[in-house]
Amino acid sequence: MGMTRRSFVRLVCDGCMALAATASLVANAADERYITVASTTSTEASGLFDFLLPKFEQKTGIEVRVVAVGTGQALDIGRRGDADVVFVHDAAAEKQFVAEGHGIDRREVMYNDFVLVGPTSDPAKVAGISDVAAAFAKIAEAKAPFVSRADRSGTHMAELRIWDAAGIDIDERKGRWYRETGSGMGAALNTAAAMDAYVLSDRGTWLSFENRRNLAILVQGDPRLFNQYGVILVNPAKHPDVKQQQAQKFIDWLVSDEGQAAIAGFRLRGEQAFFPNADGRGR
Amino acid sequence: MSDFSAAFGAAIEMITSGNPQLVGIVLLSLKVSLSAVLVASLIGLPIGALLAVARFPGRRTLIVLTNALMGLPPVVVGLVVYLLLSRAGPLGELGLLFTPQAMVIAQAILVLPIVIALTRQAAEDAWSVYRDLLRSLGASQWRSAVTLLWDIRASLVTTVLAGFGRAAAEVGAVMIVGGNIDGVTRVMTTAIALETSKGDLPLALGLGAVLISIVVAVNAAAYLVNEWSARRYG
Amino acid sequence: MTQAGSLLAPLLPLYLRAVTVIAGGKRILDGVNLTLTTGARTIVLGPNGAGKSVLLRVCHGLVRPSSGEVRFNGPERIDGRRRHAMVFQRPVMLRRSALANVTHALALAGVPRARRQQTAEEALERVGLMRLAGQPARVLSGGEQQRLAIARAWALRPELLLLDEPTANLDPTATQAIETAINAVHAAGTKIVMVTHNLGQAHRLGDEVVFLDAGRVVEHVPMSQFLASPGSAEARSFLRGELPWA
Repeated sequence: MGMTRRSFVRLVCDGCMALAATASLVANAADERYITVASTTSTEASGLFDFLLPKFEQKTGIEVRVVAVGTGQALDIGRRGDADVVFVHDAAAEKQFVAEGHGIDRREVMYNDFVLVGPTSDPAKVAGISDVAAAFAKIAEAKAPFVSRADRSGTHMAELRIWDAAGIDIDERKGRWYRETGSGMGAALNTAAAMDAYVLSDRGTWLSFENRRNLAILVQGDPRLFNQYGVILVNPAKHPDVKQQQAQKFIDWLVSDEGQAAIAGFRLRGEQAFFPNADGRGR
Repeated sequence: MSDFSAAFGAAIEMITSGNPQLVGIVLLSLKVSLSAVLVASLIGLPIGALLAVARFPGRRTLIVLTNALMGLPPVVVGLVVYLLLSRAGPLGELGLLFTPQAMVIAQAILVLPIVIALTRQAAEDAWSVYRDLLRSLGASQWRSAVTLLWDIRASLVTTVLAGFGRAAAEVGAVMIVGGNIDGVTRVMTTAIALETSKGDLPLALGLGAVLISIVVAVNAAAYLVNEWSARRYG
Repeated sequence: MTQAGSLLAPLLPLYLRAVTVIAGGKRILDGVNLTLTTGARTIVLGPNGAGKSVLLRVCHGLVRPSSGEVRFNGPERIDGRRRHAMVFQRPVMLRRSALANVTHALALAGVPRARRQQTAEEALERVGLMRLAGQPARVLSGGEQQRLAIARAWALRPELLLLDEPTANLDPTATQAIETAINAVHAAGTKIVMVTHNLGQAHRLGDEVVFLDAGRVVEHVPMSQFLASPGSAEARSFLRGELPWA
């Protein structure tokens, strides 16, 4: 058969090699020392993990693999048992996660804050206002362009709480000025920068965001902008494949003096971005 | 315009400095997409050729279906594969989620209809010419299909390249099933998405330039192979 | 080629009984009765649309009759290898070397690997193409490609070789080479059945004529008789058309 048989045999050999390589990789994956942490895009985009994780990995030899998605999706990953640890910033959703039995031992780790970012032209005149709910009210009044992540992330939930605090039913009041992008923090900032719109952002992402154009921080410091991070072990009783021992080591390290100091040591553009506040078991 | 020149500068700098992170990402992209194309070709080439040669009930429906599946949205494939490979899903035991293997599977699913549909078309065109000869020689359907595949190999190179282009360019599937984990499942397209979301547009564009260069290089190599083969075998 | 060959019934005669082929509402073959025996080189003649090509294809199994029977005396395959082969008007060349075209055909026909190379080389030798063995088949001239097609068919050692206007597209020199090859194949013991429009060629190569008109066998007589004194009006009309000066 000459050429045809040779090329056919070659094809089959390539196929077998590919399958063998895949099989061996599958077999290896099971006993590799790594844990999977479901976290959020804003935490990853800040660069915290690039700074923090090598310290943990060097100390324990355990590789930490971070899947960064929106808070809602991160918790969903935890519910499915596809991660060993969930590390997000939406206390209400986290507590529900534990109540459902998907997570155990929630610990508070650190907080950062949100900032209201907007165009320097400030059409709604909110710059410097200390009450962020009042600022939101003025934006709604002026119908100034406002970008919402609208993705059930921790940031989005915080935004909705502020509309609530301002006494505004945003579903009623929203119009063309209220732009729901359904996207991550970076994408929302890009959109706001392009549209000269207001947007609520976590400080971490903002500090490392490069495409600011005319945007600047207009409102900050209101206690309502306080953003608490929690870490939860995915419940091994419900999800037997969870690498409990290694995952617990990670959680313990995060709340230990060493981990907390490392978090405090992380700087973005020379500023401290996250503030450690682990103080024993979660409330 | 400054964005583009900044991007061009970033690209050049990345390539010449041999940035190890970039190298890792590029190698992983190639590994994943080439593996996906290989798997899809191993399955799709014979099916495409047999579809051209064999006659059976439901053949036309199958052809219409594979043609339509060429337009499968990557993000949908990613979601379906994710649900299958999730621990909570039917294939959770395999522990393949958030690994390069899952990315290969998802991309192979995306590429398979392309390989089948394009192979079938080329094989059907050839079959109309070769049918008399092959039936005259008493060749079985399978042997006929294999003979066709070798003779239309120039078109098949283009087909495989189309598949590779599709795999290398997509981000929706690999993002969901891979998780864009730094150093593990981060490929060029997901890295570009990440840098874009961080607002680092020049870097994202630069990565895009690198990705396009690689795809062009692969295409050029394939073209040369085709040329050489044509010179040798006519 | 095999020990069993001598015990196996000869392939021919080939019997066609009331063979009818209907396609697109038209009767292309209309109740053909024909017996083809070994020995004589048979030429199939007839006006355009008479069904000559289809007749060959029916004999070769490429077209199934709508009704009627096509039956060979002996089994159509030995060791999986077909015992009759066909050469088409336009040679179909595989995208590989001349020699590989023949060895691949042998492989497809079920000839064991060990014998392919030698058999192929012998076939090329017989039609005078050995010097082009390594060339890509597609760069050969039309005449060379057709000779290769004959070599490829003959490498299978068929007991019957069907040819459908093999020299219709070739110049006189190439035509002559093909005719030489056909005679060589015949001399080696293969029955020849050929369609041609070239009466000179028919006269040179043919021992007997099957004359088809409108899907029916009108005459089946020796060549000299057909050309000198055709029995039917259709044949006379046909010959007048082909040789207006006769």
